[in-house]
Amino acid sequence: MKAKDFILYLLAGTLFGFVLMKAEVVSWFRIQEMFRFEAFHMYGVIGLAIAVGLISLQLIKRLNVKDKDGNPIKTSPKDPTQMKRYIIGGTFFGLGWALLGACPGPMFVLLGSGLTIMIIPILAGMAGTWAYAAIKHKLPH
Amino acid sequence: MFELLTQPWPWYIAGPVIGLTVPIVLLIGGKMFGFSSNFRHFVSACGVSKNEFFNYNWRKDGAWNIIFLVGAVIGGFLGGYVFANPNPIELNPATISALQGMGISDFSGFVPDDLFAWSSLGTPVGIIVLVLGGFLVGFGARYAGGCTSGHAISGLSDLQIGSLVAVIGFFIGGLLMAHLIYPIILG
Repeated sequence: MKAKDFILYLLAGTLFGFVLMKAEVVSWFRIQEMFRFEAFHMYGVIGLAIAVGLISLQLIKRLNVKDKDGNPIKTSPKDPTQMKRYIIGGTFFGLGWALLGACPGPMFVLLGSGLTIMIIPILAGMAGTWAYAAIKHKLPH
Repeated sequence: MFELLTQPWPWYIAGPVIGLTVPIVLLIGGKMFGFSSNFRHFVSACGVSKNEFFNYNWRKDGAWNIIFLVGAVIGGFLGGYVFANPNPIELNPATISALQGMGISDFSGFVPDDLFAWSSLGTPVGIIVLVLGGFLVGFGARYAGGCTSGHAISGLSDLQIGSLVAVIGFFIGGLLMAHLIYPIILG
């Protein structure tokens, strides 16, 4: 990877981690509050993130915007024939999201904030990924 | 200026900035924003599995993702340590009293010390939250083919029906946990 790309991805990640922290969406409390429908905060954050992502992605597609190196931008569609994996896998993910109060990004952002215990769910997340691969052929997709 | 960096950002500022991640990584190198694939890269990098699922060039395919992750850790350090908000999160009092009713007593930080201290690894509840919780996130993200970033933000931005179904799954699981299972675990 070129040094310029390295720095740009690093900066993009830094901004992402910083804003996740400032928005408090990495908080176990905010996740409980969201699933209990007791605050609009998380819905506002996620809803506006999708709105901005949607508008910019559709503009990039429709205007045939190239990436900074001049390569055409292609998105990767999700296979629409695998609905079972989305609903069942998604439910497993949701159980973990509410239980731990963090999805993958926030686990690492919280680790950066000094919460060293997040090493444990990160290792457990790797174990979960390994387990999925091990039994993938037996699971409905 | 320091105060601006330490205080929490409202949803209408934070949401759009998070959403900008989608065009930013597309414009840098045509990448679709997602975070959970890093778990797969890490397992692949450990070299502990012979499964073909981990047999790919993680250094090449995963480089951008891992660098983004390192950035996120730095961002967490800046936002949560260097410019940490000294005040507790302003939660709905109804949430606080409900959680107190389930035995949560520490509301000073981003996570309750009752569950997220190293000593909680010595308790069944701590192990369920930290180990089982992390495991389900890693398992479910790969099973569903993405997490909150890959499906809810990127996938919905790309109008993918599969991502909509996955997000519905996220909420089925999350609501079951928050309303039915968590009270049993903590009770």
